[in-house]
Amino acid sequence: MKKILAALLGLGLSTFAFGGAAQAADEKACFIYVGPIGDFGWSYQHDQGRLAVEKELGVQTAYQESVEEGADAERAIERFARSGCNIIFTTSFGYMEPTNKVAKKFPDVKFEHATGFKRDSDNVSTYSSKFYQGRYIQGQIAAKVSEKGVAGYIASFPIPEVVRGINAFILGAQTVNPDFKLKVVWVNTWFDPGKEADAAKTLIDQGADIITQHTDSTAAMQVAEERGIKAFGQASDMIKFGPKSQLTAIIDDWAPYYVERVKALKDGTWASQDVWHGMDHGSVAMAPYTNMPDDVAALAQATQDKITANTFEPFTGPIMKQDGSEWLKDGEKADIGTLLGMNFYVKGVDDQLPN
Amino acid sequence: MGFIEAVLLTIVTAATPLLIAALGELVTERSGVLNLGVEGMMIMGAIAGFAFALMSGNPYVGVIAGVGFGALFSLLFAFLTVTLVTNQVATGLALTILGLGISGLWGEAFVGVPGVKLLPIEIPLLSEIPLIGKLLFAQDIIFYCSIVLLFGVSCFLFKSRMGLTLRAVGDNHTSAHALGISVSRVRYLAVMFGGACSGLAGAYMSLVYTTQWIENMTAGRGWIALALVVFASWRPNRVLIGAYLFGAVGIAQLHIQALGFKIPSQFLSALPYLATIIVLVIISRNRRLTIINTPASLGKGFVPDR
Repeated sequence: MKKILAALLGLGLSTFAFGGAAQAADEKACFIYVGPIGDFGWSYQHDQGRLAVEKELGVQTAYQESVEEGADAERAIERFARSGCNIIFTTSFGYMEPTNKVAKKFPDVKFEHATGFKRDSDNVSTYSSKFYQGRYIQGQIAAKVSEKGVAGYIASFPIPEVVRGINAFILGAQTVNPDFKLKVVWVNTWFDPGKEADAAKTLIDQGADIITQHTDSTAAMQVAEERGIKAFGQASDMIKFGPKSQLTAIIDDWAPYYVERVKALKDGTWASQDVWHGMDHGSVAMAPYTNMPDDVAALAQATQDKITANTFEPFTGPIMKQDGSEWLKDGEKADIGTLLGMNFYVKGVDDQLPN
Repeated sequence: MGFIEAVLLTIVTAATPLLIAALGELVTERSGVLNLGVEGMMIMGAIAGFAFALMSGNPYVGVIAGVGFGALFSLLFAFLTVTLVTNQVATGLALTILGLGISGLWGEAFVGVPGVKLLPIEIPLLSEIPLIGKLLFAQDIIFYCSIVLLFGVSCFLFKSRMGLTLRAVGDNHTSAHALGISVSRVRYLAVMFGGACSGLAGAYMSLVYTTQWIENMTAGRGWIALALVVFASWRPNRVLIGAYLFGAVGIAQLHIQALGFKIPSQFLSALPYLATIIVLVIISRNRRLTIINTPASLGKGFVPDR
């Protein structure tokens, strides 16, 4: 909320101080976050990207944090569009409809929506990162390190991004242990540290000795540390919260993309696009492989190298769906469309996918 | 530690902050003041508790700071609504927004820094009772406070003269004033008690529940506490039932999911709210008693006519 005040104040000041045609060429990049920038996870990483834009390009930026997905989001995006933002990054899947709606009303403003797939007008781009590449590596590590052969997965909402992560994790695990079990708990929130901690405790009480999460805070990592089991960090390096627990973490690095896009806008080369970068572009990075035997770290590193060199794709057949039907034939690679809209589990996930 | 014990322990952790915040708000509302700022006071308690515990290295300093800042923050609300007689609903909402803002600003330096955990105190002998020993007698100081508070608030409200005075102010401030009771003094104290409790609940979040500072980490628990007070028809014992029921169903639904039952998770997530409302509505179904227990002056400002 203080950010709204700051944004409003900044907005008022900027129109006051820089208003007028003389400064019209000045770019302003604005960001909408689903959580607080202090979550040390998803929104925190996006904000690091914003800071990079400010530092490297000297462009004025503004942001609003903790914006609810839905009607609030539309208001927030529209307010930014009206306030002179030239490019607006909306950084959560649930902002897909509001982003496209506002984009139609403001054809001169560029919109960049993270993790979605809808581009209704040509001033909307979508971008995402192939986090599932990291999840696959985590699955391999989990199956190697786990003594009980059971991992717990704290999931947020049943959207393709999350489902893809779960599938990649179990596929990675199955390469090491075909009978590896994955327990999934849906907390139906991106951000509620208490509930995330509760979910972690639940999974541990039910026998999981590896915890991985697709929610935004460091709470689960800390529970793992207290209970003496291993866990994976999410979105940023969480080693400080789990010095004896963290095996590795998927680190989202949005800075290169944000700098590239704002620069394109400045140069007048911005065009609507849909990008899905992975480890090859450096937008998905792994924290150091810690708290595991050397051979496991070596295996993880080998997989990471193959993925980075684009010689290996985690979703390569043969892969069966959860019900046993065939999805990908031997050697067949998943097409982007199916991956982006993924709404089914692969074989081995012990959970029913919520609709 | 067995499975059942572990689960029960998780439930206690989930219920304690709700119970403490709700008991505080109950006293505030019994005096006729509706403070919707519970969430804001809680988050102030959380950041103050975290910051002071980290700086001093002593979690107990954090607990005291949490209580202190909660009370101090509520003093602002009391000044606005009792002295200046502003609209209680609007002021309460503003307090929540302000609390979230200030705590975020204050906490910026603490993001990504592990905190200091408030450790349990084992009571000799009693903590060795099977099953319930660890659960009830090997807990942290804030849990013990929640139990003391429960009995304390009950006795105070219904067995003491001061409690009677407080309820009188909440039921009819004009009559109370006519009897020579200082309405504003009673309300100041009641609001500050509520603030102190919210602060304690917040400190529990950042010192016990999840030992770290994360912006907005109370994640709506203040609102749940507020709802509990109303659905418990302003009775401390029912607040206890409500808080523990909410905690228990919340944990149970996670276990049901992890066990792989084929129930939609969206429904399970809504279950704690549904179950708590249904049960509390059923126990509060006696309309006459509910009317008696509802503070009649709730939410109304008082301007003495002389």
